[in-house]
Amino acid sequence: MSSLAVAPSAASPGPSGVPASERPPKNRIRRDWRGWMFVGPFVVFFFIAFIAPLIYAIILSFFQPQMVWGVSQGEQFVGFANYVKLFQDPNFWSGLVRVSLFLLIQVPIMLGISTFLALAIDSGRLYGASFFRVSVFLPYAIPAVVATLMWGFLYGNQYGIMASVNEAFGTSVNLFSARLVLVSIGNIVTWEFIGYNMLIFYSALKTIPVSLYEAARIDGANEWQVVRAIKLPAIRGALMVALIFSIIGSFQLFNEPNVLQQMSGNTITTYYTPNFYAFHLAFEANNPNYSAALAIVMGLVTVAIAYVVQLRGSKGMG
Amino acid sequence: MKKFHRAVTIVAASTLLLAAAACSGDSDDAPAGTDDVSTTAPADGSTGSGELTELTVWAWEPTLTAVVEQFEKDNPDISINLENAGGAADTYTKLDNAIAAGSGAPDIAQIEYYAVAQYAIPGRLADLTEFGAADLADTYTPGTWNSVTLANSGKIYGLPVDSGPMALFYNKATFDQAGVTAPPTTWDEFYEAAKAIRALGDNYYITSDNGDAGMATSMMWLAGATPFQIGDNTVTIDLGQEGVLTFAEFWQKLISEDLINTQISGWSDDWFRALGDGTLASLVTGAWMPANLIGSSPDASGDFRVAAAPVPVAGQKANAENGGSSIAMLASSEKQEAAYRFLEYVSAGDGIQIRVDGGNFPATTADLNNPDFLAYTDEYFGGQAYNEVLAQAAADVLPGWSYLPFQVYANSIFGDKVGPVYEGNGTLADAYASWQTDLVAYGNENGFNVNQ
Repeated sequence: MSSLAVAPSAASPGPSGVPASERPPKNRIRRDWRGWMFVGPFVVFFFIAFIAPLIYAIILSFFQPQMVWGVSQGEQFVGFANYVKLFQDPNFWSGLVRVSLFLLIQVPIMLGISTFLALAIDSGRLYGASFFRVSVFLPYAIPAVVATLMWGFLYGNQYGIMASVNEAFGTSVNLFSARLVLVSIGNIVTWEFIGYNMLIFYSALKTIPVSLYEAARIDGANEWQVVRAIKLPAIRGALMVALIFSIIGSFQLFNEPNVLQQMSGNTITTYYTPNFYAFHLAFEANNPNYSAALAIVMGLVTVAIAYVVQLRGSKGMG
Repeated sequence: MKKFHRAVTIVAASTLLLAAAACSGDSDDAPAGTDDVSTTAPADGSTGSGELTELTVWAWEPTLTAVVEQFEKDNPDISINLENAGGAADTYTKLDNAIAAGSGAPDIAQIEYYAVAQYAIPGRLADLTEFGAADLADTYTPGTWNSVTLANSGKIYGLPVDSGPMALFYNKATFDQAGVTAPPTTWDEFYEAAKAIRALGDNYYITSDNGDAGMATSMMWLAGATPFQIGDNTVTIDLGQEGVLTFAEFWQKLISEDLINTQISGWSDDWFRALGDGTLASLVTGAWMPANLIGSSPDASGDFRVAAAPVPVAGQKANAENGGSSIAMLASSEKQEAAYRFLEYVSAGDGIQIRVDGGNFPATTADLNNPDFLAYTDEYFGGQAYNEVLAQAAADVLPGWSYLPFQVYANSIFGDKVGPVYEGNGTLADAYASWQTDLVAYGNENGFNVNQ
């Protein structure tokens, strides 16, 4: 962040080399608005679609309607009251702990499998590699709601595949039970995103210059050593990107629990994930102000964790 | 399916919320933009002759399309703009947003009985007394009239559309197989029948439930409880009442002894399949069920029969409503005279027959006692004149029941509370107590003086 702000003054003051539109002009007389004409339309939509709702949510979270007999008597400024309430709300914490658990277990498994698959395809020893690549990627093209419905039918222990599995092994596993439903969701998300992450890793692997492999071979490195010394370090950047996407995705978990809820009954609560809780608060509890506070906090938590991960990741790279 | 629809329209809903915010932001002098809705004086007789009055109606009941067509033919001075928001939950969300924005609300909305108080108590719905609706009191079954008048509060907040007195829909083939020759009439008999059916095999259960709020509250109603009461300045919540606990104990016994299927969700694909193949032997639900069974569980054709809902004590005449909707006029409507004409047409006029023909279970006693209606049957029910049972069920509904003025929210968190019980953790009685704690807190936050 700070490096960006420092950049203009640190850059050489020479007139040539740096296009005017990329750097804020230091010279007031030479201020040129033509650049804004190009970015203007974007900025307008960016403001309407991103900044304005964000500001509105922040403002909302500091107010609370004064309710009398179910009728609002006007919004009152309540300061941080909604935030204080949120931090004392066990439902919020339970959702946050749940998505954190999900993050800690599902994301490493998913990225591990994706890395393995990318390396397998890249090894060139796979028969029908391009077919394999497309078929692993295919689930990503299926909308999450459809994928969840499909998996929900498979999970069903009355008439789904699980019913047959239970019958064959004489078990009575219920994948919708409170204990297992998070695992069931993790399986769906993993299935959906393995191919997507694999493709990111695979394209990173493709950018490695062949000369490195040649040099390794001359040095007598075996395939495992090539993987460890060349391939894994090379996809480290891609891994960081995928990790950050996955962190954001985990904290925003909504579709899968929402669709599974109607199939699994009441094992998925209204506060199952923070996003799910925010939705419930805004549309079922009619408390958009409190919901806004939750959304802001979750946004900040996500940014903070993603930032820390990125910081650590880039440190390791240097 | 409700929940699923909601998921699909979340984007649309949030867009609406933004729009709502934009509207209320414009008028600085009315920061909430809500209080003016409730105080708007009803416009009197603004329907000048010769002018076309346009009414906006938000409803999801499919038979209303035909009713609107006929109404417009019979009333050329009124034009109806019928909008379907996509179901009950979406309609309420839209309605809440329009009310919060202070504009964009319809003249008329379909509102389920359990949600009437939620809109009536904060003054969102017009009192129909001044239009002469009180004269219609005897037209309707006691249960539905009780619902639109909020347990005879002296005001009339809507007119009944359909009704759902509860009954026992049972698979006679499975019952016979289990040696249960007569349908259970009491809860004790139901329990014995449950054991007999459970003994048939792994997947056989007398019924299923995994924590449905509508079903639980209806069973409390049937048991004679009145856990929710709305007074002049207070709301009372008492889920520790005798009737509530009687039901909790009965249902707990069925759950603990694995006599009801707790792993199947109502309205799911599995549910209809299990009802179809006879492994789910019965259900206690509203009188609107036949069409759903015939349509979605065709395999059980010929096997199903209808009997009165079992009661706690032998010989008792008691029943409750489950589901069903009213049609109400918004207090903010400026065309109330015209709106009332439509309400009356739908609920008490020519609209009834059109709706009954479309499969609605009527709320009007005359239609319930119509010989053609009573004699009606379907091979699905083995030629039983099941409407006779259902008409009697409508007459037996106990008076005095009231829902909370925030029942939509209450039902939304019910599953959170009872969910663990259905997995064998805790008891229903404790879950209801915890439900009460949250409801009291929520009620007080929303300015209802809650007693418990």
